[in-house]
Amino acid sequence: MAEFEPKLIAFCCSNCATSAANVCEAIGLSTPGNVDVVRIPCTGRVDILHLLKAFEIGADGAYVAGCSDGNCQFRDGNIKAKRRVARAKKLLDEVGVGGDRLEMYNMSASMGPEFAKMARKMTERIRELGPSPLRKK
Amino acid sequence: MIIAEQKPIQEIKSMIAGYQKVLVVGCGTCVTVCMAGGEKEVGIIASTLRMALKLDGKEPEVIEDCIRRQCEWEFVDELKEKIEGVDAVLSTACGVGVQALAERFGDKPVYPALNTTSMGMPKEHGFWIETCRGCGDCGLGKFGGVCPIARCSKGLLNGPCGGSQDGKCEVDKEMDCGWQLIYERLNSLGQLDQIEDIVQPKDWSTDRDKGQRRIIREDVKV
Amino acid sequence: MARPFKEILSSGEFVVTSEIGPPKGTNIEKMVHHIELLSDKVHGLNVTDNQSSVMRLSSLAACHIIKDNGGEPILQMTCRDRNRMALQSDLISAHVLGIHNVLCLTGDHISLGDHKGGKQVFDLDSVQLVATVKALEQGKDIGGNELDGAVEFCVGATATPEADRMDSQLLKFRKKVKAGAKFFQTQAVYDMDMLKKFMEYARQFEVKILAGILVLISPGMAKYLNANVAGVTVPQELINEMAGAEKGKRLQKGIEIATRQIKQIKEENICPGVHIMAIGKEEIVPEILACL
Ligand code: SF4
Ligand code: SF4
Repeated sequence: MAEFEPKLIAFCCSNCATSAANVCEAIGLSTPGNVDVVRIPCTGRVDILHLLKAFEIGADGAYVAGCSDGNCQFRDGNIKAKRRVARAKKLLDEVGVGGDRLEMYNMSASMGPEFAKMARKMTERIRELGPSPLRKK
Repeated sequence: MIIAEQKPIQEIKSMIAGYQKVLVVGCGTCVTVCMAGGEKEVGIIASTLRMALKLDGKEPEVIEDCIRRQCEWEFVDELKEKIEGVDAVLSTACGVGVQALAERFGDKPVYPALNTTSMGMPKEHGFWIETCRGCGDCGLGKFGGVCPIARCSKGLLNGPCGGSQDGKCEVDKEMDCGWQLIYERLNSLGQLDQIEDIVQPKDWSTDRDKGQRRIIREDVKV
Repeated sequence: MARPFKEILSSGEFVVTSEIGPPKGTNIEKMVHHIELLSDKVHGLNVTDNQSSVMRLSSLAACHIIKDNGGEPILQMTCRDRNRMALQSDLISAHVLGIHNVLCLTGDHISLGDHKGGKQVFDLDSVQLVATVKALEQGKDIGGNELDGAVEFCVGATATPEADRMDSQLLKFRKKVKAGAKFFQTQAVYDMDMLKKFMEYARQFEVKILAGILVLISPGMAKYLNANVAGVTVPQELINEMAGAEKGKRLQKGIEIATRQIKQIKEENICPGVHIMAIGKEEIVPEILACL
């Protein structure tokens, strides 16, 4: 059986995580191809519904990548995002999809290698969890 | 405003599991402000519901809408066509809205997506608190603008119980003792004498105890 | 037959009451044993009413048993479980059964007990309950209707000498006096200075105040009281004293402390009496009483 390749959606802050993605590419580290990056102006813009929709349309996992603590351009967008991720995780648990499939990461713009590492880490986690139960149906 | 919170999704799911086409309808007034049943929450509830049902091998059509107020016929009637086209309605309004829909659309099952908890206000972002129980005979004038019915866990009228400690209620150390609030407020107003006399037992006939409460006013009838 | 409690209160004697906790169930053996043990040793036996919001045999039934055993019962009544109709009805019933002392309390919140989802009542509060007894004594119920036969009670209420917000508690205390309470049983007191301070205030009223003495069983119990029971503060010295006692001798230590405090209250004339509580360990009460 071919190894399961999880489909991930990453909601990336355009200030930090997206630059990190660029750095990552510039230094020749590729982001895994299974990750679709959605650029957002600030993770504070991420809504619970966005996160849920990712799963509704078939993602196996999703994560939000925002600035490191205290470095949000809009003061506390990343902190708000963290709270919303927590609520969405709970909802996913309640629904039966599993809150583990969603995560929040923090990084700074220069952390190119970190960005790639994070994508691989999440991919690994989802691979272990297997395909989204919604996809199996 | 009316304060409510969402029911667990599994409970909602079990109510509407048998239907093919469901309308999730929000209310743009109180429950929007308390972030439990406005347009945004309709989206969240519909999305989680679709996923939860899909996991059960069901794929009903879940459509979404939100009206200004579910407690006024004027707005409720806007839903007529949409409701005719579905098998059931899931209302994310308070209990008043749910009942308005049920009354207006007699042949459609209507289900509540929320638990309506109280009348109150957001004390701060993300923290809603009950402050009035609609007892029908407001005594706030006597009690310094702090309601003993809604804010004392026992609805006492003559002072704090022995369970009051550090200004908190015996029921929950995170909850203010309503009576301590009343006392301090009257003290700062210099009006403690207002509660020095014994307050007589409350006449509950203005509350629920005389049946459903109605107000009929000829002067405003059309 | 026991002397009426009212008479004792006005006699000027040092008043001693104790407490009986009804069982959860129909097995009354232990309770009856406690009643027999204490009936002729105290001036009144106070029976708790679904204490701590835990459902039990009623205070009324237990008071009746005390009466049958020749004791002088004090009926505790809380406002949690009965509305004004049921409370008045039970007061009339108590009178008819020969029970003529009642202690009016608010009652703990229902969520603290063993029927957390129950609907609590609090139609009346403790002040209004005291006033209700007084109304029934005048031959009228609180709906203003005539009674065919009035009740007669010696009415008491509670006070909290160690409350941290004393002013608001004193407001309630004054209202209870105004409503007609003749005696007060205090929440457990451990700090004699606080008790004295409370009494300095309370002495201006024509009421008898019985200091609540709750026997410590272990240092853990003291810490529990401090952390969880409003209006009770066990001073650190007493906790140390309890902890200093050898294991197995701690109850003895608790008895020693209680005895010492009762003696002090009596000798220094701090209060005109005491109410001794030994929740579940009523056997030790006679030993404490022996000091008097
Ligand atoms: S006294 Fe009655 S009407 Fe006034 S705030 Fe309290 S519950 Fe509401
Ligand atoms: S602690 Fe305060 S708020 Fe709580 S029941 Fe007692 S008086 Fe009411």
